[in-house]
Amino acid sequence: MGTGKIILTSSFTRGIIGQAVFAALGIAFINVIRAALGLEATLEPGVVFGALISVIGFLLGAGVFTDWIKWIGGQKTPLRHGTPAGKPEWSRYLNVDYNHKVIGIQYGITSVIILLVGGIFAITFRLELAQPGMQFLDNDAYNTLFSGHGIVMIASILLGVGAMVNYLVPLMIGAPDMAFPRLNAFSYWVAVPSAILILAGMAVGGWDTGWVAYPPLSLRAPLGVQLFLLGFYMNGFSSIAGAINLLVTVATMRAKGMSLFRMPIFVWAAIATALIQFTATQTVGVSLTMAVAERVIGLNFFDPVGGGNPLLYQHLFWFYSHPVVYVFVLPGLGVISELLPVFSRKPLFGYKWIALSSLGIALLGFLVWAHHMFVAGMPNSLRYAFMLSTMFVAIPTGVKFFSWVGTMWEGKLSFETPMLFVLGAISVFLIGGVTGPILANVPTDLHLHDTYWIVGHFHATMFGGFIFPFFAALYYWFPKITGRMYKESLGKLHFWLMTPAFWVMSLGQMSAGIMGMRRRIADYDPALGVANTQMLVTIAGLVIGWSVLIMVYNLVSSARSQEMAAMNPWRSRSPEWQIPSPVPEFNYDVPFEVVGDPYDYGLSDSEYIRMMPAPSGD
Amino acid sequence: MSAATAHHDEAHGHEPSYAQQTKSNRLGLWLFFFSELFLFGALFAARFALWGNTRPELSQVLGLIVTSILLVSGYFMYRAEVAIAHDDRKTFLSSLLAAAFLGIVFFVGVVILEWNVFGLELNAFGVEWFGRLKPRDGVYGGVFFAMTGMHALHVLSGVILILFVWNNGRKGHFSPEQHWGVEATALYWHYVDVIWVFFYPALYLIGHLA
Repeated sequence: MGTGKIILTSSFTRGIIGQAVFAALGIAFINVIRAALGLEATLEPGVVFGALISVIGFLLGAGVFTDWIKWIGGQKTPLRHGTPAGKPEWSRYLNVDYNHKVIGIQYGITSVIILLVGGIFAITFRLELAQPGMQFLDNDAYNTLFSGHGIVMIASILLGVGAMVNYLVPLMIGAPDMAFPRLNAFSYWVAVPSAILILAGMAVGGWDTGWVAYPPLSLRAPLGVQLFLLGFYMNGFSSIAGAINLLVTVATMRAKGMSLFRMPIFVWAAIATALIQFTATQTVGVSLTMAVAERVIGLNFFDPVGGGNPLLYQHLFWFYSHPVVYVFVLPGLGVISELLPVFSRKPLFGYKWIALSSLGIALLGFLVWAHHMFVAGMPNSLRYAFMLSTMFVAIPTGVKFFSWVGTMWEGKLSFETPMLFVLGAISVFLIGGVTGPILANVPTDLHLHDTYWIVGHFHATMFGGFIFPFFAALYYWFPKITGRMYKESLGKLHFWLMTPAFWVMSLGQMSAGIMGMRRRIADYDPALGVANTQMLVTIAGLVIGWSVLIMVYNLVSSARSQEMAAMNPWRSRSPEWQIPSPVPEFNYDVPFEVVGDPYDYGLSDSEYIRMMPAPSGD
Repeated sequence: MSAATAHHDEAHGHEPSYAQQTKSNRLGLWLFFFSELFLFGALFAARFALWGNTRPELSQVLGLIVTSILLVSGYFMYRAEVAIAHDDRKTFLSSLLAAAFLGIVFFVGVVILEWNVFGLELNAFGVEWFGRLKPRDGVYGGVFFAMTGMHALHVLSGVILILFVWNNGRKGHFSPEQHWGVEATALYWHYVDVIWVFFYPALYLIGHLA
């Protein structure tokens, strides 16, 4: 089978065709009905309905529903395993596949591609912001670009979280796969048409609301906002299904002897993440559906003209969208805790505290949402409550920092690329962390709200909590995934370009914010005195962009090399490193038993897992 | 060929047993229910945020009738599940049809009568049989149509699931030992019922007339 034919008949191509066909059918259907009812011809209802069913079209075309449709007819379908006969191994990644490792890699590659797309948006408007005055963008294009940057990066981060969780958790707990492999495939594939909808929204007029889409502005924004809301909404199915799958997997499929406090620490982070994802996502779904319905059907919730309350949207929106920042950072913090003992050759300091601090952050995360609304006009009494609850988040987060320092203390540290990125993550997350309480405080927040201080703060938390650890994870597990080693020199170059550039970018953004630079504004007054800072931030952003391209080149070229990596290059105790790389189809040929604690590095004669003898008579 | 067979046998060994898969399914379904609580909870919160201690004028008789119908359908769903567990296929199939039928009656009651999508009017037995509230009637229309709409969507999907189960049951699938499909559908149906038990007073009973 030729390469071209494999690509043309892949789930990916069929999905896109299905999406286009269903979108066209949806638009036609609504407009025929409207014409029959004698209503005036408008674009929006048809586009909304078309976009909604286009996701179903994608999934049908890709073949995600095939097994389930057969079940409805009463057929039983065994799980497909391995590479289909007569096709190359790489074709699995373009098709619906049920193996958690394939799905994890699909998540990962999609995440990096979308990260690059979001990065291009950022670079584009950063170039515009480098100088005062308007250079090459107009206001609408600027608004669409920064709004698109926000939501595209969030999609990328959610995919990256999915990548790490899907690939690692079954391996770490000794399971052959996730509990629901078909649902797992659905979780990945539904994110693809959602991302396409969001990008299509940018193409059909864009929108000017940022990624938060507050009404009443979003009720009057251009058509693109509808595709953004729907794409965002559809992506929620991915989060909810993936999180339920993960929770059931961890609850029912752990290896013998793996009690909760003997799991690799990343699994705790994954649980905490899933607890947020499978609950809070529903409320943002409600707020987005309401906004779509208010625009299309005229149901009144948010528009004060009809008696609605715009604050209701903000409450429902932030009830998800604050906890979701912990969805972004908890897996990353889990990676930091997972990698530090390996590169420090010491036990993880305070395992139980770290495990429970992840849960603590997840639960506290539900109680702090209204700190995004201190200037929105809510009652004063709520301000105090949310200020206090937000401050409390510093406690479980502080536990993590304390334990990281305790783990490194007097360890035998070595500084390969993953460790460098872990240390970079800690430094950057610290910047994000210490600038947080200033925003949690109502008096200072009133001054800094919607300034570049916020932009600096949350980029530091996102980079420290997700991007740096994600890159650390990519380098660290790259030999596991591909069986090859990345080029250490290029990895180090990536780190030494990106980390200082990020410090400059983040601190620069915050200083511009203090000077009065507002966010989401295409232009600024030279008299603010932030022009030099803005230029510096833009240059730093470009350096970060180039350094990420170096990583992509490094990983792609290394994956194609012939030289195989050592089986356990990091001398890790974790179960996934005790089996060949790349991992066999069913992970563990013989099940293992947990006989000790996971992070007893440096303790002689300590064992974590023991492979069980193969069953007799086999 | 022999390699393919060996591969198949190996793959078969990795499939979880029915009992184990059902255990996972059951946990997954309950987690899904918990997740959906946040969906319905958000709508519930929106109702109290926007309506406060008031409610729109709705037909009390109609509300009481559709609520009763939905609750009675829950009884038949329960009966179907008990019947398949006792291998009573006749009662199983007839109860499924009864549950689905009552579900459809509820759906019609909400969409045709209460929503009045066809814009009809009928006054019989001293009762207005077709609702007057319109989607564009401010926050009352908004919240009412959002809550009943989201719930009706779940009822509709429940009815479709019941009919799928009925169709497979008719073909001889399910046994007293292995009927996860029936159990899951029944649980879902009861769940949708219970949500309505909270939605009904929130929409029809609580607060004084606006």
